[in-house]
This record gives sequence, structure tokens and C-alpha cells, in this order.
Amino acid sequence: MKKSMIAALLAGLALGAPAARADVTVGFSGVLSGPQAVLGQDQRDGFLLGLEHLDGKLGGQKADIVIEDDQLKPDVGAQIVQKFLERDKVDAVVGLGFSNVLMAELRRIKDSGVPAIATNAGPGPVAGKLCTANLFGLAWQNDTMSEAMGQYVQDMGHKNAYLMTSSYQAGKDKLNGFKRFFKGDIVKEVYTPLGQLDFSAEISALQAAKPEALFVFYTGGTGVNFVRQLGQAGLMGKLPVYSESMIDANTLVSLKTQADGNIYGATWSHVLDNPQSKRFVEAFEKKYGHTPSEYAANGYDAAYLLDTAVRKMKGDVSDRKAFVAAVKAAGAEFPSVRGKFAFNTNNMPIQNVYAFKAVKEGDDIAVKQLATVFTDHQDAYVSECGMK
Amino acid sequence: MNSSLFLSQLLNGLQLGVLLFLLSSGLTLIFGIMNFINLAHGSLYMVGAFVGAAAYNASGSFWFSLAAGVASAALAGLLIEHLVARPLYRHDHLYQVLATFGLMMFFNELAIVIWGNRPYFVTIPESIRGAVTIFGAPYPVYRLLVIAVGIAVAFGAWFLIQKTRFGMLTRAGTTNAAMVSVLGANVDLLKKALFMLGAGLAGLAGTLAGPILSVQSGMGDPVLILALVVIVVGGIGSIRGALLAAIVIAVIDTLGRAYLPHLLTLVLAPSAANTAGSALASMLIYLLMAFVLAFRPHGIMYSARR
Repeated sequence: MKKSMIAALLAGLALGAPAARADVTVGFSGVLSGPQAVLGQDQRDGFLLGLEHLDGKLGGQKADIVIEDDQLKPDVGAQIVQKFLERDKVDAVVGLGFSNVLMAELRRIKDSGVPAIATNAGPGPVAGKLCTANLFGLAWQNDTMSEAMGQYVQDMGHKNAYLMTSSYQAGKDKLNGFKRFFKGDIVKEVYTPLGQLDFSAEISALQAAKPEALFVFYTGGTGVNFVRQLGQAGLMGKLPVYSESMIDANTLVSLKTQADGNIYGATWSHVLDNPQSKRFVEAFEKKYGHTPSEYAANGYDAAYLLDTAVRKMKGDVSDRKAFVAAVKAAGAEFPSVRGKFAFNTNNMPIQNVYAFKAVKEGDDIAVKQLATVFTDHQDAYVSECGMK
Repeated sequence: MNSSLFLSQLLNGLQLGVLLFLLSSGLTLIFGIMNFINLAHGSLYMVGAFVGAAAYNASGSFWFSLAAGVASAALAGLLIEHLVARPLYRHDHLYQVLATFGLMMFFNELAIVIWGNRPYFVTIPESIRGAVTIFGAPYPVYRLLVIAVGIAVAFGAWFLIQKTRFGMLTRAGTTNAAMVSVLGANVDLLKKALFMLGAGLAGLAGTLAGPILSVQSGMGDPVLILALVVIVVGGIGSIRGALLAAIVIAVIDTLGRAYLPHLLTLVLAPSAANTAGSALASMLIYLLMAFVLAFRPHGIMYSARR
């Protein structure tokens, strides 16, 4: 069931010819099938586009890429990492999937000493007690965007907020992130079963509660359902809706103007104004025919991060410890689509977090940047990590 | 507990109930009369949703999109009947489950190939967007429309099954298909027609659900489970049972989700009540199924029908 790409064949050839081992081999692992495949594909596409812009080289060395599908299954993810290390003899791993998959891969990553760059997950334990020298969170710590929304809802002067999410670990983490910065009253916290499709009962209860603001964390199709049903109940436009990971380039395609008025927290959006981001967005739209999401941006960043790190090593990445140190230092140097970026002591990002708003423009939907909620934001777990 | 909220929750339950009824009535007919387990029934629902949404986006006519959704699912049903179900009627349920499970995966992948794996864009006409005040609380117009269509179809199905020759043969077929065949009715044609009818109803459910739910590959899988619960509770082969069970299950599910966490706060701490309440609410319908199976192993409408 593993989906390998042409690049994997190239890597296979490289294995057959040990003399070519001066190249840099990178394993990409992410969810490439099933309902969440969009996120993995975006990371992969962003990463491959970055590589294309670097002429297929990382730090001047020819790069071989091996691509695997973790199917959003922790055990499959762990096997893939093992395969990367033992069979493909990779020099770095990129992607690493969702938080649950990353947690299952953690031990093998730690033992290997190979730099591993997570372009989606940033679970609390990895940012805190289980922080690992060779594991880098290039995307975000999971609470980051919710923290920004908590702060933003606070800044907007709302006295109370109604919180809704799916009932699983990430949902709870997100609401905790929100509450860490929002000081007003919490009207109610609603946890719905993961995968619930119809929110009529919850929306009726929400209408009756009449809160000043709503904060939600529903991803993918669930988020699309939820926004659509809010709109049909006549709440969109009346009740300020704040969210994270619900509105992105992908869900906007299915929501279009139905998302009008939604405010969301993110570390990047295609409207962010800097040269690296503009170049990326333009090329991505041309190549793949749709607007890139933040997941694609993380993948693109991963390519440039590795490029800078390999360059610092002058192309020779055989000393893993030095390579890991180079990746960490490269965090503050590589040209990120997010503008400013650096790794904290726990290898999690120090970055800005923004509030964006989906705004109707004629028959289309556009994204507007409202505010920079946090500048150089650090996660809440960094003090629990023993690394310097 | 305020009464207008309670009434709108009842409406929510009713609306979910008619969707479940549309979906499960076809399943129960096919299972009851042909003794064929069609796990791909959820895929027919998905076909209806995708084609309905695409038809609306292309034409801008809501009624055309309904017709397209129903027709496409019925056509897919006809193909499934002819190519997959027909050779397997005489075989064990295990073969049918395997074959239709394969179909389910085939349709999910096909949807990705045609429409991609991002949720598909769906919208509804301006005139049925928004909400009206009913029982003193705003309620989405579209959901009222779903209820109306569902009730109309339920009445139509009753008429078809109870008052027409086709319905008479169908009812006879449920009891003894071989005897009906011996008496000179074309059972093959009857089966084809029934399969198409069931598929068309699933397609209608899909088209109607499209604007409420997200239209994407795999959307039929979770609702299939609910539909199976409905037909087991309602009694396999009984349309009336399916209607009753669909409404009861949907109302219990909706009210459970709405009020259980709240009720549990009377005995538990708020955070524990919230977690336990939502967990218990999602179990309620399965508890109901276990209860019904314990006392009426053939479903609530079984003895009433025979």
C-alpha cells in the first residue's frame, strides 16, 4: 500500500550504486491516502516545489527523495521511519504526519540521531518533557494558533466565549491553548464525538446560549459541515466566529462565500507579504492549480531549511550530530515564507502568529490579514524541556 | 430547560430521522426481499450527493439537482444489481459482504479520481437559505424543506407498497420469493426495480444531505452504520419499521446529544459530566439497538407485519 514516487526510484538506483552516496537522501513521510490526504499531499507538494526551486539540490548536493504514505496510522508511520533509516539510509526525515503518528515515531527518530523535521505536528509532550535534540517542529506547537485566537478574542473586548471542538486529545489541547490567553467567561465547552457530521443539536443549544463570541476547532470536512450549518442557522454574520485549522486554502475551496466573516489564527497565509512567500504562492498556483495551504508552506520551508543546513556542512552530512546542530542554527537563517523564524531551545518555532479573516469579494472569497496577534511567540512548554 | 429550544431540538431529530429513513428504506427492502446485504448502499448515497451538487453547480436549479442525484444513484444501483448482486443472490452473506465492501472502496476511490479529495463545494438557492422563526427560535429553512420532502416520500412509499400491484408483489416477495415466481410474476424484473428504487432513495438522501454535510469521498461510510442500526431496530424488510426506527433513533440521538451532558451535571462535576455526557450520548442508539434486540430479536415491526 506504499505509494512511492519517481523520486523513490531514483533513491533505489542510488542504493544500487553505493558510489553515489555523496548525495543527500531525504525521506518524506505523511498521510497521502484517506480523508486527510489533502494535508499530506500539500506538505509533499510544497516540499517538492521547494526542491525544484533549488534545482533539485540541497546545499549544492544532489538530493534524493523517498516518499511514503503513513495512512494516518501510527504503526505504519513507525515502520516507515525504520525503513528510511535501515533501507534507504536517509540523512534527514521530513513530514512525520499527525501528532499521534509522530509520537509513535519518536523513539526511532531519537535513537537514530538523524535530523527529523515535522511539517505538521507539534504535540505538547515533544515541546516539553519529551523534547528531542534531533526532532524539529517546523510547523507550530499545536496550541499556537488557539493561543493567538484566545488573545485576539480578548483584544476584541468580548466578555465571554463559547467553545466547541471534537472530543479527542488535540481538541482538548486547543481549548486549553485558547483559555491560556482568554480571560473572560467561558459560557460552555462542548466536545462532540470525533467524526460527527450533523451539528443541529449543538447549534440550537449555541443559539439559545447567546454568547458574545464562538471559538471552534473542527478540521477538514467536519469544519466544512460546521460552517455550512452555522450559515444555514443564520448565525454567520451575527455571531463572531473564531477558529483555527478550520479555514485554510483547502476548505475555502469547498466553502467559498459560505466562510465569509470567519476569523482564524494562523502562522502563514498566502496573503502574507514577503518576497519568499510571494514567489512560493505564485509558483505553487501555477504548478498545482490551487492556492497553497499553510501545510504546503511548511513543506516548502523544510526544503529551504535543509538547503541552508547542508550548505553550512559544506555538503558533507555524515556527521549527524553536527548536521543536527546545523539544522538548528539554520532555523534562524533560512529564507522562510513566514518571514521571521527561529528554533527555540526545545526545537519548536519562535514565530509570529496572525489573525486572518475570510472576506466575500463578489462571488469569490478572499483572505485579509487583520492583525499580528503575537510577535516572536514561544510555546507554553519550553520551560519543561531540559535542552539548552 | 426552555421549551422553544426543546421543540427545535425535536425538529432537528425529525430532520435527521427523515434522512435516515430515506437511506434505510432502500437498504431494508433490498435486504428483506432479496436477502442481499448491500454495504455499497452508502456509496449510492455518496453518488447522489456528488452528482446532485455537481448538477446544481452546473445548472443552478435545485429541482434538477434532486432529479440528477436520484437518477444517477438509481442508475448506479441498476449497474450494481446487474453486475455484482445478481450473480451473488444465491450465495452466502459473506460473499455479498465481501463484494459490496469492495464496491464501497471502489466508489470512494472513484470519487477521488473524479472530484478530488477536498470536500466538494455545495450550495443551495438564495430562496431557501437562512432561517425562519419557528416555536420562537430561528430554524434553517433548508432543514424544514428536508423534513417536508422526507414526509412526502414516506407517504409515497406507503402508497406504493400498500396500494399498488408492484407493492403487493413486493410484500409477497418478502414472505416467499420462490412462490411469487412460481405464480408467474417476473421476480427478476421486480428485483431490478426494487434495487433501483432503493438506490434512488439513497441518492435522494445524499442530494438532500449534501448542503448540510460535507460532500467528500467516504461520506457514505458512517451513515451506512446508522442505516444498518435503523433496519435492525425497525425489522428487516419493513418500510414502516424503518420509518418508525429512523425517527425514534434520530430523536433519541439528537436529544441525547443536546441534554445528556446537561442532565449529568446534576450528579457529576461539570467537566466530568461534559465528557461522560457526550460519550454516553453517542452510545445511546446502540444501547437502544441492544435493548430492542434483547426483547424483539426481529425488530419492532416484525410481528406486526406477519
